[in-house]
Amino acid sequence: MSLSLSILLIIALAPLAGAVLAGLLGRVIGRAGSHTVTILGVGIACGLSMYVLYQLVWGGAENFNQDVYTWFEIGKLHVSVGFMVDRLTAMMMVVVTFVSLLVHVYTIGYMSDDPGYQRFFSYISLFTFSMLMLVMSNNFMQLFFGWEAVGLVSYLLIGFWYKRPTAIFANMKAFLVNRVGDFGFLLGISAILFFLNTLDYQTAFDAAPTLVGKTLQITQNHAWDAATVIGILLFIGAMGKSAQVPLHVWLPDSMEGPTPISALIHAATMVTAGIFMVARMSPIFELTDTALSFIMVIGATTALFTGLIGIVQNDIKRVIAYSTLSQLGYMTVALGVSAYSGAVFHLMTHAFFKALLFLCAGSVIIGMHHEQDMRYMGGLRKYMPITWITMWIGSLALAGTPFFSGFYSKDAIIEAVGESHRWGHGYAYFCVMAGVFVTSLYSFRLLYMTFHGKERFRVEHKKHGHGHDAHHDDDHGHHTPGVLEHAPHESPWVVTLPLLLLAIPSIAIGFLTAGPMLYGKWFGKAIHVNEANDVLAELSHEFHSAFAAGIHGFSAWPFWLAFAGFAVATYIYLFNVALAGKIKNGLKPIYELLNHKYWIDELYFAVFARGGVALGKGLSKVGEAAIIDGAIVNGSANLVQRIAGGVRRVQSGFLFHYAFAMILGLILLLGGFWLIGQ
Amino acid sequence: MNHLLSLLIWLPVLGAVPVLLCGSNRPSAARWVALLVSVATFAASLALLPGYDAATGTMQLAENVSWIPSLGIHYALAVDGISVALIVLTSFVTILVIVGAWEVIQVKTHQYMAAMLVLEGLMIGVFCATDALLFYVFFEAMLIPMFIIIGVWGGPRRVYATLKFFIYTFFGSIFMLVGLIYLHHKTGGSFALADMAQVKLSMTEQSWLFFAFLIAFAVKVPMVPVHTWLPDAHVEAPTGGSVVLAAIMLKIGGYGFLRFSLPIVPDASEAYAWLIIVLSLLAVVYIGYVALVQGDMKKLVAYSSIAHMGFVTLGIFIAFLLVRETGNTEAARLGMQGAMVQMISHGFISGAMFTCIGVLYDRLHTRQIKDYGGVINVMPWFGLFYVLFAMANSGLPGTSGFVGEFMVILAAFSANPWIALFAAFTLIIGAAYTLWMVKRVLWGDITNPHVAEMKDINGREIFVLSSFAAAVLLFGIWPQPLVHLMDASVARIVEQLALTKV
Repeated sequence: MSLSLSILLIIALAPLAGAVLAGLLGRVIGRAGSHTVTILGVGIACGLSMYVLYQLVWGGAENFNQDVYTWFEIGKLHVSVGFMVDRLTAMMMVVVTFVSLLVHVYTIGYMSDDPGYQRFFSYISLFTFSMLMLVMSNNFMQLFFGWEAVGLVSYLLIGFWYKRPTAIFANMKAFLVNRVGDFGFLLGISAILFFLNTLDYQTAFDAAPTLVGKTLQITQNHAWDAATVIGILLFIGAMGKSAQVPLHVWLPDSMEGPTPISALIHAATMVTAGIFMVARMSPIFELTDTALSFIMVIGATTALFTGLIGIVQNDIKRVIAYSTLSQLGYMTVALGVSAYSGAVFHLMTHAFFKALLFLCAGSVIIGMHHEQDMRYMGGLRKYMPITWITMWIGSLALAGTPFFSGFYSKDAIIEAVGESHRWGHGYAYFCVMAGVFVTSLYSFRLLYMTFHGKERFRVEHKKHGHGHDAHHDDDHGHHTPGVLEHAPHESPWVVTLPLLLLAIPSIAIGFLTAGPMLYGKWFGKAIHVNEANDVLAELSHEFHSAFAAGIHGFSAWPFWLAFAGFAVATYIYLFNVALAGKIKNGLKPIYELLNHKYWIDELYFAVFARGGVALGKGLSKVGEAAIIDGAIVNGSANLVQRIAGGVRRVQSGFLFHYAFAMILGLILLLGGFWLIGQ
Repeated sequence: MNHLLSLLIWLPVLGAVPVLLCGSNRPSAARWVALLVSVATFAASLALLPGYDAATGTMQLAENVSWIPSLGIHYALAVDGISVALIVLTSFVTILVIVGAWEVIQVKTHQYMAAMLVLEGLMIGVFCATDALLFYVFFEAMLIPMFIIIGVWGGPRRVYATLKFFIYTFFGSIFMLVGLIYLHHKTGGSFALADMAQVKLSMTEQSWLFFAFLIAFAVKVPMVPVHTWLPDAHVEAPTGGSVVLAAIMLKIGGYGFLRFSLPIVPDASEAYAWLIIVLSLLAVVYIGYVALVQGDMKKLVAYSSIAHMGFVTLGIFIAFLLVRETGNTEAARLGMQGAMVQMISHGFISGAMFTCIGVLYDRLHTRQIKDYGGVINVMPWFGLFYVLFAMANSGLPGTSGFVGEFMVILAAFSANPWIALFAAFTLIIGAAYTLWMVKRVLWGDITNPHVAEMKDINGREIFVLSSFAAAVLLFGIWPQPLVHLMDASVARIVEQLALTKV
């Protein structure tokens, strides 16, 4: 039995149809109509994706790889739009459509008062389509299409509240930083075409071994290893999309977008595209230890240093954003040690628990009437119990508590790094270990500041009646901090239902799937690892069952590091609240460093934004105005004018001038002839 | 004998006569007659598609009549796939320009419409001519209607702009004329391009001719550093003038390289390919930075046109590196095809961008970016198109703007990775200048009270913009029909590159 093309087409196109209907006919079909068509579209895609996964895993279906139509054909180069669906793809399809479906439902509640309701549904459905095109692609051109299309939707969604200056700055920043990554990515694709003469995945993977020994001439006497060049260039693309240092700066700012998309795009799916891409390209990356070391070091740096920033953030969404950066770093480290399955497995578990955390944060934000600053929260657990419980579940999973989903994936990554002997593994091991403590610290800090302790807000009822509309006026600054007009409240069922549905996989998915996905070669040929690099195979000897691994987890280092983070957070934020301030003052330089995010944003803005504009102004003034137009173009016009001016003076209109000139000419002529005659 | 090409040239030129006869008292009649003529021309140009056999890529539908026998000048027309694509583009854009000017041009409407039709016929003539002198006549004659369009319906500094435009381009083509006369002498009295392609030429002769052609076509494209007429001409031109200028006239420069420099002086073209490549990359990087800081939307898009046309010249001339130095004809075809697709695609995108700016200008009578802000609040449908075309201008996959640049960058990498590196910089700088403009014009809150009174696009504007949008999306999602139309012709040109003439 094999998968049918029509099912895959329906999966990809159903969300697109929903997006087009809600986007172009939003006014006609109304709010309910818009969310109905989009949820229907994504629901169909989700159901069929699950069916595809089922067929591949239990139904005995073979991997699918087929072109849909020819994009262009020049000579022997054939570029198509097509689908490659194996277990890796199918897992991504299910994760993407499942989270997307829940986010669609959640949005009904979250955006209920927003005037851009239909537009929002259209965008998130369009995103789902783009992301599906990305993961289902069977060639590099379509991969790049999906890659940029998700970037476009991310741009539109970060700037969804387009009146906010910060939002429209953030969306442009996100797009441009991503374009820096895409710049490398496109060159990587060019290199693949150059060396392998194809843009088709399967053909390229089959031919990948021929890259060994090939080099790219950089200068006359300098050449680089082909696979390394390709690997690093492609990974630069991943650094943009998956927000790795130093291209991480756009992700925290992307929190300007509405919370549902922070969950869907900037946590669960789009940002993991880079991880997916590297895993998909494993046959190429396996050829280059250098590129993999580079990936590992970048990932390790991201994992630790962005996590540290999360500790000092007060905006509830920003804490989770930095946590996302840090977790993406973990996935990247896993790629760097050839533990691709580990990276993808963490991608999956993270998608569930991080989407859960973001949606919980969104629920808190609605409950707090659009307050995002945790300094004005506290004690919310009694107002919003479902959000409280589910956020605890998400945080426990994130912190790597044994038996929760995050435990299996994160532990596997840490152990894989420990097993690896690739250059830089010592540094990476330190980063991922220290990162465990950091993760736990900011996670529990967030929980305590939000749900526990004393209430740091008060409720003042105002006389004049108003609904929620006033709050959606797109700005934070219309109220006094810490003063609410209504008591916080639990969110409606459309919001809490997705929380509950995400809480289940956050708890259980790791326990259920760790065995096959991490150690059981579940991905088959979709992921290729050289035997010598296969750290997960080493680890599989020690793995007996998910239960045994969970029990063993309690006696391992990561658990105690996480526990230490929990203990510190509990002491400071629950029992000795004043201590936080003292530490902040005591470690002022470090606090400032973290609070300013290592001043990287300021540096980039000064160098690239201001520098670019200054360069442009300089070039306009000097190159365009002064040299080309001033000196050459108008200069030659002026020269002509000046010569003409001189010549014009001869035409004086006085008869004796002309008579004089005639006589002079006659003399010169005659004299000339006489001279020649001599 | 087939007279389709003559029909395509003379239908709009002669169709201008009844438009003029409508006179200034009946502008509405003039509009309708002009629309009718342009639609008829478009329909006739579509007849090229079944009439032309794309599989062979040869020059087809030929017409040849002796015109000035004493000088061996022929009225000789024929088309290959590249010409067909450009002719259809021309007649498509002309319809949109005429509809776009409907209510906008209120003064001397009949003359404006007639000038547009004459311009259309002459441009089609350029794309059909296979006799060098006939080409030259069309090439020069087309300056006249454009001169009038900018000079009569242009902005306040139109006189400076028209003079600069005319003298610049005329200056360029004079050198070409000298070159053509020399070639006429060498071929023994023929102006046929095919004969010129056959004649043996020494390297010195080729070099002189190469630079004569280069000046003519570099000004038209325009290439750095002879580009400064373009921003001025655009700023002063009426919307329709800008659209035609950007969408079609610039392509004539690229087309000229293809028809003259490559076949007639291939060895000199190879020797100086590095120069063209450097200038093309300058267009991408240097012009990109200049575009970034423009305060006038039209100037910004004009500079962006120069940057995008850099991909056309780059795609054409990297073919030399690929064919002659590495023997990689596959990549050479890819690069050349990329250049051709970029020409067509840029026609749609720049036309659409200038139309968008025209839409804004008609409402607020300013092109300064700083006068806008928050337009999306009052013009959401306009915003949809504006974002779409901005993204196409930034080369987003799924729009036609991506296809050509993608092909050229892929091919450039095979020629030399450093060339690809600089060319790919457009991904960053192109997005930067386009999106920064979008941010300042479209997004944000309304600060200028006049913006608050702007009305969203009307049915006529929606028609024009959605026609452009359909083309941009169609060729972005499915470029194969366009590629197939031109592929065999491109392959023939690439084959010829390998043949030396010395």
